[in-house]
Amino acid sequence: MTLQEIVTLLDAEVVLGQEQLDKTIRHAFAADLMSDVLRLDTSEMLLITGLANVQVIRTAEMSDICYILFVRGKQVSPEMKALAESCGITLLQCKQSMFKACGMLYDAGLLPIY
Amino acid sequence: MNFSYHIEGGNFSRAGIASSEVKKILKQLNVNPTAIKRVVVALYEAEVNVVAHAYEGDVHVDISPEGVTVVVDDRGPGIPDIPLAMQEGYSTASPEVREMGFGAGMGLPNMQKNCDELSIESEVGKGTRVTMKTRFNA
Repeated sequence: MTLQEIVTLLDAEVVLGQEQLDKTIRHAFAADLMSDVLRLDTSEMLLITGLANVQVIRTAEMSDICYILFVRGKQVSPEMKALAESCGITLLQCKQSMFKACGMLYDAGLLPIY
Repeated sequence: MNFSYHIEGGNFSRAGIASSEVKKILKQLNVNPTAIKRVVVALYEAEVNVVAHAYEGDVHVDISPEGVTVVVDDRGPGIPDIPLAMQEGYSTASPEVREMGFGAGMGLPNMQKNCDELSIESEVGKGTRVTMKTRFNA
């Protein structure tokens, strides 16, 4: 599904990366533990997390992850936004819980990494 | 080519700056993306370890046509039992470190996974030296 479809489905806010909304996303991975994200061998995914700090952006940068969805209404700080911008990472925000957001996206066709 | 970076213990907002710089350099050198990811993920884990556990540290990166050697030297408490620290799930991280999304006892195993040779030397009360070698064609 496209990022735009994800935004519409979750009524998400596009914090950064409006110009990326036509990109197609096939896989997603959800974690609050960045160590788990750093263990993945794949990069092409939407990272879904309820953790909002600058290390989430750093983790995505090192892992070549280009799209992050923050759930539970977690706010992106200006520092996180600036770093994401310099790395070309798209940031989305939604109000749903992790479980609900994942369920909706799975139902809509996003695939797990494993 | 040699590069060095300083790491401040406890300063989480700066954790990852050295890894980020190394990533930019390796990209400019047209190193393959898989090798870049391995090097920078291992280095980032090491940087987070210094920030989480030590007072300060230095990163020395040596890039050759064959691969990258990263040495991370810290002044800190040291590791009393290295085989125990290498066990997945073993961690002495503080609640603050866990709140940042780390401290699950996966850093050292993940560093081992992402390099071809890992060596850890440590002296309790003085510090730890981690050496990681990653070959580009591995």
